[in-house]
Amino acid sequence: MDTYALLLAATLNAGTILAIAGMGLLINERAGVVNLGAEGMMLVAAIAGFATAVATGNDWLAFGAGALAGAVMAACFGVLVIWLNTNQYATGLALSLFGSGFSAFVGIHYTQERLGPRPHFAIPGLADIPFIGPALFRQHPMVYLAVALMVGLTWFLYRSRTGLVLRAVGESPESAHALGYPVRRIRLLAVTCGGALCGVAGAYLSVIYTPLWVEGMVAGKGWIALALTTFATWRPSRVLLGAYLFGGVTMLQFHLQGQGVAISSQLLTMLPYLATIGVLVLISRNPAWIRANMPASLGKPFFPGG
Amino acid sequence: MTTSTRRGLLRGTALGSIALAAALVGCSKKEEASTTMAASAPAAEASAAAAPASAASGALKIAFVYVGPVGDGGWSYAHDNARKALEKELGDQVKTSYVESVPESADAERVFRDLVSQGNTLIFGTSFGYMEPMLKVAADNKGVRFEHATGYKTADNLRTYDSRTYEGAYMAGVVAGGMTRSNVIGVVGSIPIPEVIRNIDSYTLGAQSVNPKVKVRVVWVNEWFNPPKETEGAQSLIDGGADVLLQNTDSSAVLQTAEKNGKYAFGWDSDMTHYGPKAHLASAAINWAPYYIQAAKEAKDGTWKSGKSWWGVKEGAIDLVSISDKVPADLKAKVDKVKAGLKDGTFSIWKGPIKDNTGKEVLKDGVVADDAFLGGIKFFVAGVDAPVPGSK
Repeated sequence: MDTYALLLAATLNAGTILAIAGMGLLINERAGVVNLGAEGMMLVAAIAGFATAVATGNDWLAFGAGALAGAVMAACFGVLVIWLNTNQYATGLALSLFGSGFSAFVGIHYTQERLGPRPHFAIPGLADIPFIGPALFRQHPMVYLAVALMVGLTWFLYRSRTGLVLRAVGESPESAHALGYPVRRIRLLAVTCGGALCGVAGAYLSVIYTPLWVEGMVAGKGWIALALTTFATWRPSRVLLGAYLFGGVTMLQFHLQGQGVAISSQLLTMLPYLATIGVLVLISRNPAWIRANMPASLGKPFFPGG
Repeated sequence: MTTSTRRGLLRGTALGSIALAAALVGCSKKEEASTTMAASAPAAEASAAAAPASAASGALKIAFVYVGPVGDGGWSYAHDNARKALEKELGDQVKTSYVESVPESADAERVFRDLVSQGNTLIFGTSFGYMEPMLKVAADNKGVRFEHATGYKTADNLRTYDSRTYEGAYMAGVVAGGMTRSNVIGVVGSIPIPEVIRNIDSYTLGAQSVNPKVKVRVVWVNEWFNPPKETEGAQSLIDGGADVLLQNTDSSAVLQTAEKNGKYAFGWDSDMTHYGPKAHLASAAINWAPYYIQAAKEAKDGTWKSGKSWWGVKEGAIDLVSISDKVPADLKAKVDKVKAGLKDGTFSIWKGPIKDNTGKEVLKDGVVADDAFLGGIKFFVAGVDAPVPGSK
């Protein structure tokens, strides 16, 4: 029984990184910009966060540094694709490649570093409830913040006026422009916010989740977060659920291996992708679902007055 | 209409980016290789060094090719430490250089050819995947001696060397068996090849030698280096009740996960004490220095011959280092006894009777396994609570 509680806890923890990064990317994609640089932004944020944690010993400053690093990279990307109209896909890939190289370069001297004792969290009272306590209430605050972020983002996108403007920019930038909204600045802001959230996810990875720095340590999580936004049909709640599903399948395959279940681990490693395909098939059974949420101008440059 | 154009665009950018990525990687590697080597030799010497057998006068030029960054804290780090030890030992007689992060691809061949043209006469390639490129380059450069780590193909001027990492795994197992409270210990495995399976088996045999009740659980990450996955694997083992972990992967993530959870773990390949001082019980370290020093001496005095070496505790290549103070003295004494036995040849880890975990006897009573047997181990010994991936 306890094993399953711990499995659930590990699942939530693993899903948190994907959820935060995925929701960040959701924001800029809702404004019509695809940023394929997630992996690179997360790597640079991971080393920025790790270096800050080593220097100051404060994890929250480290998350801040990660967010800042991600935001700066995303802003550079934003200026390139929004004002200079470079190809979004190519620029995003370049950002990813640059990020992995740059993080390796500045991180050379941090591979031997280690952080102080990692904090343990428990919500008083709730943490002692059998099963539910160890499963849900002994997590790092970031795990709960990810849930709060989902709630906040849903409210923002669907209930607030600013959210409506953001979506309008992603659906029909021409109309938003005609109404007098500064489309380019809104897109830049969305891209920067997206980068900041990817940065938080990267810093959480290097400071809390796998508390170390090594070259290339994000190991594809940025790409999974990108896939997640499509998988979730651009809805915050589905991004969160999808992130837990991905995290859960990963943890489950290790759990089954550890129990000596005779399923080949290669097959288990495929499970997240099989699950993705399965859900995609389910969604495409009803095409209205995916069309209704996909920003109509996703990936298209906007020329004011053009 | 939108979907088809988008798809076309995506495909185009994907192809373009792959080409771009390949070009970028190619450039950066070339730069890296040339800058590392520029320090040791001007390119003009290249032609003069084409007949290197006669280059007996002056310092012996030795080059190393690493698969990872020297800062990986594990495999490549251990090789580079040995390179430094070699320089220290032989001083002016040798001149060493290295190229790091060389992928196991067509790029490797170019790096080896570059190193030959730079006038190196003894070249070490420290990863399995360099086997075919090294064979090719060796065939074209008969005067240069090549040494390939962990491979199995040789030539007149190409020999292989490896270390008996399973001896370190066995000694770690002795410590693990004595330190576990739950009688469940875990291994985070990389890729299920004989070398790794042999290490897991030896770890199990070591643990059973002091604690017959111990069970070993295994998870595979199917990669040599992926810290988040290694962390997840380690976490699931701990959640499943394992309280001492070993890893056969290349980072220190497993040790750090144990540290975070208040469990025990080991260092692998290099001394990893400082990554998790509370969790660290000992490090099964490889010391390549004795081999590198001997190979350099042989190349220098002309006694270098092709062949295969597999060095262990006996030759000083494998050791269990930095044993923690938490390990009680009697357990330490047991490790010392094993070490002494391996050194003077009175003790063999793989001595029958040994059964696999399906109950079949794989080694008869009193039979000591030879290297051919050890090289082809594809089964888990009794006590490992998992099937070998791909086994029937």
